[in-house]
Amino acid sequence: MAMLRRPAQAGTLESSDCLVSVAPSETRELDHRGAGATFFAGRTRGLVNDVLDSLGISGATVTIQDQGALEVTLRARLDTALERASREEDAACPRQ
Amino acid sequence: MSKAVVRSMLYIPGNNPGMIQQASVFGADSILLDLEDAVVLSEKDAARHLVCGFLRTLDFGDMLVTVRVNGADTPFFAEDLRRVVPCRPDAIRLPKCSSPEDVRAAETLLAEIEEQNGMEPGTVKIHAMLETARGIAEAGTVATCSPRVTALTLGGQDLTADMGVEKTREGDELFVARSLVALAARAAGIDAFDTIWADVNDNEGLLEETRRVVGLGFTGKAAIHPGQISWIHRAFVPDAKKVAAAERIVEAAAAAEREGRGVVSVDGRMVDAPVVRRARHTLDMARLVELEVE
Repeated sequence: MAMLRRPAQAGTLESSDCLVSVAPSETRELDHRGAGATFFAGRTRGLVNDVLDSLGISGATVTIQDQGALEVTLRARLDTALERASREEDAACPRQ
Repeated sequence: MSKAVVRSMLYIPGNNPGMIQQASVFGADSILLDLEDAVVLSEKDAARHLVCGFLRTLDFGDMLVTVRVNGADTPFFAEDLRRVVPCRPDAIRLPKCSSPEDVRAAETLLAEIEEQNGMEPGTVKIHAMLETARGIAEAGTVATCSPRVTALTLGGQDLTADMGVEKTREGDELFVARSLVALAARAAGIDAFDTIWADVNDNEGLLEETRRVVGLGFTGKAAIHPGQISWIHRAFVPDAKKVAAAERIVEAAAAAEREGRGVVSVDGRMVDAPVVRRARHTLDMARLVELEVE
């Protein structure tokens, strides 16, 4: 089971990308903003839950600023953010 | 490989989803997803996730798909291979190959990863990037040290830095290196890809340089901008006179074969097998352009 140790981010605010921020939390919370946030709300929630389940993460705050990212991009950014947040060493997130 | 003729290889930064998802619309014969120089140190992990995600999900059509990994002298090399190889790109571009040992070290790791992932041995090929003086001097042995090596590629920027010379528009400083790379690749029966043309605003210069390297025996050239692709392809287009001559040669060779004649004469000149092969290649190139125009 992965454990989130610190807040972390991945991605950018460029077109076709998304900026994903994650932070340790007791519960799962998702804040999805930006292009397609309403239209793809179900897809995004399902994807976030799938990824968190696969890593055995029960609680996390996930914020997604969506700039029109494909699902594959969203998943890659979420994987990266969670990996950075779980690393033992410091400096997991260069943007913070 | 996915594609028989690879004239252009478009570099796409590995951390740019917008460009990767559009890769197949630019018209390149091949794409090169870059985890090395196009990605800053702090984003190596993100680029790796993104490239692997797209390799698993996106249909790149009949384009040859290669990934330039970080060099063996970096902390990213082994992890790049561990993540990327199971996603089955056609080839890995291996930077800074300076000896057959560099290729063999990568090959050992590739073989381990393929076995661990239940892949056919040799699924992922190696494009050996020669960008040091030593690497150029070893071009022949690098080209033949492993059946995984299916192309030599010339890295002009690093090579000129290693040689302590200036990279000029004319490219005289790269003439010998290019000749050695093309010769070694042709001798080994593999592809030879030339270095990039850095000035995206000088397409005439790109065309001129590509024609020169095609004349040296290169089979393709790297591009750093989608706008460079058509200019690279144009350099491979034979002129109308050459196409007409090639048609006469191929027709005459076919007639001679039908009639059981060993000697072929076209336009008063004897034509032998290598000339026929070259004529067929000329026609293939001409047809490729016709297809693109259609």
